[in-house]
Amino acid sequence: MADDSKIAGLEPPTPRAQHPLREVVQMFAGNRAAVVATAMLTIIVLAAVFGPMLYPTDPFEMVWAPFTPPGTDGFILGTDYLGRDMLAGLLNGGRVSLTIGLVAALMSVFIGITFGALAGFYRGLVEEVLMRITEFFQVLPTLLFSMVIVALFGASLTVVTIAIGVVSWTAVARITRAEFLRIRELEYVTASRAAGASNLVLMTRVILPNALPPIIVQAALMVGSAILFEAGLAFLGLSDPNVVSWGQIIGSNRTYILDAGFTVTIPGLAIFVTVLSISLIGDGLNDALNPKLRRR
Amino acid sequence: MAIRACYALALLLAVVVLNFTLIHIAPGDIADTIAGDMGGATEEVMAQIRADYGLDKPFPVQLGIYLGNVVRMDFGYSFFSNTSVTGLIAERLPATLLLVFTAQIFALVIGVILGVISARRPDGLFSHFVTLLALFGYSAPVFWTGIMLLIGLSLMLPLFPVAGMIDVTLIEAPLWRQYLSVAHHLFLPALTLASIFLALYSRLCRASMLEVLGADYIRTARAKGLSERDTVYRHALKNSLGPVVTLAGLQFSAVVSGAVLVETVFSWPGLGTLALQSILARDTPTILGILFFSALVVIVGNLLTDLALRLIDPRIKGGGG
Repeated sequence: MADDSKIAGLEPPTPRAQHPLREVVQMFAGNRAAVVATAMLTIIVLAAVFGPMLYPTDPFEMVWAPFTPPGTDGFILGTDYLGRDMLAGLLNGGRVSLTIGLVAALMSVFIGITFGALAGFYRGLVEEVLMRITEFFQVLPTLLFSMVIVALFGASLTVVTIAIGVVSWTAVARITRAEFLRIRELEYVTASRAAGASNLVLMTRVILPNALPPIIVQAALMVGSAILFEAGLAFLGLSDPNVVSWGQIIGSNRTYILDAGFTVTIPGLAIFVTVLSISLIGDGLNDALNPKLRRR
Repeated sequence: MAIRACYALALLLAVVVLNFTLIHIAPGDIADTIAGDMGGATEEVMAQIRADYGLDKPFPVQLGIYLGNVVRMDFGYSFFSNTSVTGLIAERLPATLLLVFTAQIFALVIGVILGVISARRPDGLFSHFVTLLALFGYSAPVFWTGIMLLIGLSLMLPLFPVAGMIDVTLIEAPLWRQYLSVAHHLFLPALTLASIFLALYSRLCRASMLEVLGADYIRTARAKGLSERDTVYRHALKNSLGPVVTLAGLQFSAVVSGAVLVETVFSWPGLGTLALQSILARDTPTILGILFFSALVVIVGNLLTDLALRLIDPRIKGGGG
């Protein structure tokens, strides 16, 4: 499009019609809660990425007396029931929780888009079969199913991630299908088809980019729920025993809440603030990407 | 409705087949677990155990036998607890049902009340409070919420019992005292579990209520002189409940998942605590049985939701959906 104006030798028109992404960014930046949440999440991510390097205490090493309250003897967040440094646990645990959350969410978004796109594009028998599978996964009590997968195939990071990703994609599939059903009837899709675009091109290059906004919002929320999911599994003791994660700290200190409530409160707050930030960012994206919804 | 029921049965069948297959392809089997418990066994003993449990037969035959047993409500024998799985589950299922349905009712009632109040003044202080509460509900890990309530309302302020389902000293007590004790024990777990869904429902109810309140027939109702209370509670509420109930139906599997965590926090003697125990002990027959019954709870919950929707909105007819 930009080439056209050059060919005519004209200055591009005054930038009244700005790039659509710019509008989204402006809308998002106008949402105070979303901006604060973005800042919080950035801090959390930075702490998880660089924290363990700047604060190299081994989270598994028993360094001091158990249940040292936060702020005493140089332990900013105190020590847990085995006398391990809580701050080290929190920083290292953040890596695990955030990584699993992100990868599991990406995985379920990928599965969900594939299912939803195929169902919405081909309709008929394909849609029938795929949507039945989706409903099947909606009926399955997901946490129980993932617990079984982790127990059967071993509690490694990979298995835990797959166990979460494989059961969490149904919402994405439903949203993608609905968008595909709507968009496939639009004229520009018919035009592309007439111009000879193959089904694959239609799905991935013509329809998908236009179906993305609600999927992006859902994907953001999925990261939050995957973090909660991982925390739940780890809380129950179904996580890789060789790595620390936030849920696992809560689970292992749970019996001692009478002696040291902070060992449970602090990692819980970490999960809460992280997921809250992600939810607020998701809300902000929703408002920015669907301005029509705002007027409600 | 008959079609729905058949469809539910097919789903249940699929759940059984998937779980059985999954357990079959996983490394290790019952014989390994039993041998492990015995402290090792020779190949002959292992083969004997496999023959006893029918594990030497080809997979489709094993699946067929298992399905046949499931139809007769026979889920096999738990070598870990030394009882039949059906008996074990029958003992635990009522506690989970009580928790799951109480939590759903808590969440629906409180969620709808909060949603309606905040929809009446969408920019008021209370409305912001509801939005905040909703954010808390779906950002806080449910097991952590439970532990926080436990610290606050059972340990610091001893208002509620710390664990269990009933006061053990009440075995001989009259029935009403026992019911009261169960209700007392139930309150915190149910509230904890409800906290996630309460948030969702209040938010949706608020949105749906706002939409309905802007509709033409509400203006008509007001114009013909109906009191504000009648307008809101008899016309608007009834019409905005549909989406909320639909959402509640979709949440049943999440409620059952949450129940596993909540039961663990409050030592609630339900299927969730049994599930964790049998997963850690690799008690395969019990795991399969629990997966079956938890899927059954979800499916029955969905059917009940359909019924409720039809009561709210008579325009919805059977069959389609």
